[in-house]
Amino acid sequence: MTDEPETSRRAFLVGTAAAGAGLVASATAARAETPDPLIPDPLITEVQAWATEFGDAVDATPYGLPIRFESHVVRRNVEWLTESTASSINFTPIHALEGTITPQGCAFERHHSGAIELSKPDYRLMINGLVERPLVFTYEDLQRFPRHVMTAFCECAANGGMEWGGAQLEGCQFTQGMIHNMEYTGVMLRDLLAEAGVKPEGKWVYVEGADASSNGRSMPLEKALDDVMVAFYANGEALRKEHGYPARLVVPGFEGNMWVKWIRRIAVYDQAVESREETSKYTDLMPDGRARKWTWVMDAKSVITSPSPQAPIRHGAGPLVLTGLAWSGHGKIARVDVSVDGGKTWAEARLSGDVKSKALTRFHYDMQWDGQEMFIMSRAVDETGYVQPTKDALREIRGLNNVYHNNGIQVWWVRADGEVENVEIA
Amino acid sequence: MSKSRNLALVSALVLPFAGPVLADGLGLGRPALPEEIAAWDVTVLPDGTGLPEGSGDVTMGDEVFAEKCAACHGEFAEGLDSWPVLAGGEGTLTDRRPVKTIGSYWPYLSTVFDYVHRSMPFGQAQTVTNDEAYAIAAFLLYSNGLVEDDFVLSKANFAEITLPNVDGFYPDDRAETEYPLFSAAPCMADCRSEAPQVTKRAVELNVTPTDADGKPAGTLPAILAEAQAETEAPAEPAAEPVVVTAEEIVAEAAAEAPAETAAADPALIAAGEKVFKKCAACHKVGEGAKTAVGPVLNGAVGRAIGTVEGFKYSKTLAAMGAEGGIWDDAALHAFLQDPKAFAKGTKMAFAGLKAPEDRDAVIAYLASLGGG
Repeated sequence: MTDEPETSRRAFLVGTAAAGAGLVASATAARAETPDPLIPDPLITEVQAWATEFGDAVDATPYGLPIRFESHVVRRNVEWLTESTASSINFTPIHALEGTITPQGCAFERHHSGAIELSKPDYRLMINGLVERPLVFTYEDLQRFPRHVMTAFCECAANGGMEWGGAQLEGCQFTQGMIHNMEYTGVMLRDLLAEAGVKPEGKWVYVEGADASSNGRSMPLEKALDDVMVAFYANGEALRKEHGYPARLVVPGFEGNMWVKWIRRIAVYDQAVESREETSKYTDLMPDGRARKWTWVMDAKSVITSPSPQAPIRHGAGPLVLTGLAWSGHGKIARVDVSVDGGKTWAEARLSGDVKSKALTRFHYDMQWDGQEMFIMSRAVDETGYVQPTKDALREIRGLNNVYHNNGIQVWWVRADGEVENVEIA
Repeated sequence: MSKSRNLALVSALVLPFAGPVLADGLGLGRPALPEEIAAWDVTVLPDGTGLPEGSGDVTMGDEVFAEKCAACHGEFAEGLDSWPVLAGGEGTLTDRRPVKTIGSYWPYLSTVFDYVHRSMPFGQAQTVTNDEAYAIAAFLLYSNGLVEDDFVLSKANFAEITLPNVDGFYPDDRAETEYPLFSAAPCMADCRSEAPQVTKRAVELNVTPTDADGKPAGTLPAILAEAQAETEAPAEPAAEPVVVTAEEIVAEAAAEAPAETAAADPALIAAGEKVFKKCAACHKVGEGAKTAVGPVLNGAVGRAIGTVEGFKYSKTLAAMGAEGGIWDDAALHAFLQDPKAFAKGTKMAFAGLKAPEDRDAVIAYLASLGGG
């Protein structure tokens, strides 16, 4: 056990940054060090406290929270984006999550007048407008309709909106984190509409929430009769307050603004309402000064969540798991390609787990990293054959003032030291 | 459309498990009463359907706007700070920084009425009367140079108003203009000849929230570094997660507050914190709070009136301060009950807290914040 081979092995294994942590004398502190394969690891040879004493008893936390070591995995906002946090947005820590389901507790929030507290006894849902029987449902009434389960991603139309002019924020939490993916249980909007009886002249379904903003949005009747759900449960438990307890709308594939929370009214009209949220906002200004409206569907998109600026490589060269998320509002993800050389060559990533329509799909790409800098990118292809475009390809059509629906390819610059930057390349 | 709709309706009714198939559905819910529909369905459609009776003129709109809207949107609808600009911006939609206002961008006046009436003012939604909504809409048309100052807007003439950008929108055409371009089989090899050059770096803008170490907020801790920190930290109960409830925060704040408020009722302070939500859009409090639309309120209780640096007070409040006026309990009660009666010309666009218990609570809450 001479010093020399240990040092070089350690340097090889963990790189210079970790080696800088230095030697630690005491046995308990030794766990801070990378296990040296030539020294018996005290974490193994010594009986640890957790291996001899009791842990927490049952009921120590009747509703559990993440262990304290994961306290960095939280929603975060960007303060300068908005004037008031009551009408603002925060971002899902997608760089720190795996699989496809987003826990409610760290799924991004977008409120227009704050998250309200609405109890089940106080809950009412009205259907009116061009219907045979304007109706009021209690929460209990809704529970008696046939129940369905579906998994769907909810992406804010403005996800990536700060990047239209160029790379701006460091980390996919901020650049692609206005998204979450949950398994919902609820009743189909078409069943509720059938109960009220849509009149032949009814063409549009307008939905609004019980909060002060009401956040009204219109959708074509076809969509309302297709796959839209009034959901009560997400990921197996009641919706959290910030996600619309006790009932929210799930509009698979459509922009998040239409997923009205605390839904209180569904109205059938012969025209779109053209509410504030579908005219002054959530319309896409084009280079000629005109704007696209009714751009509801979220096009295919993907992003590498690790490595990424908030998830740098700390293990040095060798085996590297590259992972990310892909999704499409048009259906299933067919394929995800990954490039580690700035788009010169692409290779197909593995799609891990079930691929579901209009839901997040996890991809993995297992590689050997040579420790040199890389430009890593992912490119989603959905079942319609749509290929995720570059940001420049989008800008060529839409200019720089589009704000919404930025589904361009994200480039991360991985430096030789493992740190990662948000960049654009030519 | 109606054919596919009928098909869908039929399929929705054929419930696979059900005993009898109910032609009229499941019989759940109850009829919505006319009064209930009137209370909730206040939607105004682009053709004016749904407009209530009423009218308002530019002059009245100017007054109501100054009272209820100007704190955020500015006296002339120019938008303070980053609050929405509602007037001007004509001809800017092709600029690099377009100004999207009612005059330059919004397609329908119905949207203005509907939104003002339904969702504004921010934090006090549904407090604008029908006449006030007509008046505000009239004032906003005037602010955008679309009507003269003697204009009266009413249900009768509403449909005659056309906003300048009514033809500025077209339905989603991505299926024609984008999808064909983005549906070719993608290149897999030799897709570029030259090495990539970095053209933009987010770090150069330096606008990302950061952690204490300067790294992007939320950067995953190095597992080794974390273990190191754990080792250095004493394995005391202090290392347990500290779950602080709002009640604890206010209780703690109360404990730190000046002697005369130290005995304040934590429940009252907690109630005051809730009431303060009405104020929070404009007034910031707590550590690091700065003057925003309204002056910062840390240490407001007992402070000389009109003396927060960097806030431009109305003449009335500035004068009160110059004469030695203090925000004591009586002054705060009077101001909060009816701001404009207490201080004519105040910039605070807030109708006031009518319930004495709300005022007591919010004053207790403010007192609990202390100075700073």
